[in-house]
Amino acid sequence: MARIIVVTSGKGGVGKTTTSAAISMGLAKKGHKTVVIDFDVGLRNLDLIMGCERRVVYDIINVINGEATLNQALIKDKNCNLLSILPASQTRNKDALTLEGVEKILEELSKDFKYIVCDSPAGIETGAHLAMYFADDAFVVTNPEVSSVRDSDRMLGLLSSKSRRAERGEEPIKEYLLLSRYSPTRVKSGEMLSLDDVQDILSLHLLGVIPESKSVLTSSNAGTPVILDEKSDAGQAYSDIVARYLGETRPHRFIDEKSGFFRKLFGGK
Amino acid sequence: MSLLDYFRSSKASSASLAKERLQILVAYERSSDSQPAYLPELQKELLAVIQRYVNINKDAMTINLEQTDNQETLELNIVLPDAHRV
Repeated sequence: MARIIVVTSGKGGVGKTTTSAAISMGLAKKGHKTVVIDFDVGLRNLDLIMGCERRVVYDIINVINGEATLNQALIKDKNCNLLSILPASQTRNKDALTLEGVEKILEELSKDFKYIVCDSPAGIETGAHLAMYFADDAFVVTNPEVSSVRDSDRMLGLLSSKSRRAERGEEPIKEYLLLSRYSPTRVKSGEMLSLDDVQDILSLHLLGVIPESKSVLTSSNAGTPVILDEKSDAGQAYSDIVARYLGETRPHRFIDEKSGFFRKLFGGK
Repeated sequence: MSLLDYFRSSKASSASLAKERLQILVAYERSSDSQPAYLPELQKELLAVIQRYVNINKDAMTINLEQTDNQETLELNIVLPDAHRV
């Protein structure tokens, strides 16, 4: 049985797709057969971040409508053969994404894959709702910034009331915090919310802090998930996150200015 | 206080200001999220009934639904005016 992970945030532009690409690649690199699904119908971007935009033939809506099989729509990742991508549709309207259709796809994928990563669109509309409805785990991507923290809190409320687990009265979705675009220097000077500030409000299980990093942009420019840039701090942060999610103990880093500086000096690790 | 101190202190306050604003807002939104949707309408109708007998304005009444593990309490608080006979 597969584990379904939703990458969510409420707010746009906080790093959901970057995170979905990185952690799905990380899980696959660790030897787990993984599929990542783009739920942003009409505004797909995961294909671009994963570097497979020119190989998209069929999409999730084609599969739901029976115009293509799941295997026809799945794209094998060029860097890792254990990773597949199911792209969103670019042209059709959002109503094409149905609860029954998504459920059927997830059921079928569950037979074949160990992890299913659902890249949620921003907002709380149909796409976002369906991305999280069937989830077992939620990766809540938050920036240390007021509107992002507020929207994350809103999403947490929805995760605990509007998901299948909630409706069935099952064990609730496990919620994890991924604090991204973090700048220890700005936190130290008091101009950015600290990890503790954010945790005072959200109090979630912390999977990791991803520092603000130039490598996120250079990786997206190239269409390779940032986790493959092993020298970069963001890439290392995502590697840690995947390892922690899989049960490894790794000390948190990129939280304090000092340790970040030393690690940079000695080349990470 | 030097000019540098001035900048330092203003910077130091911006993250804490953000946190303070967030805490208030999030607490409010969480409480209003957990309230049932019928509550505002219920408050309006109760107020209309009470106003038939006692002349109160709408700020004089607060309504609150508390939920604990095994019971729900509907709390209605009405402040009557000094001479409350119509």
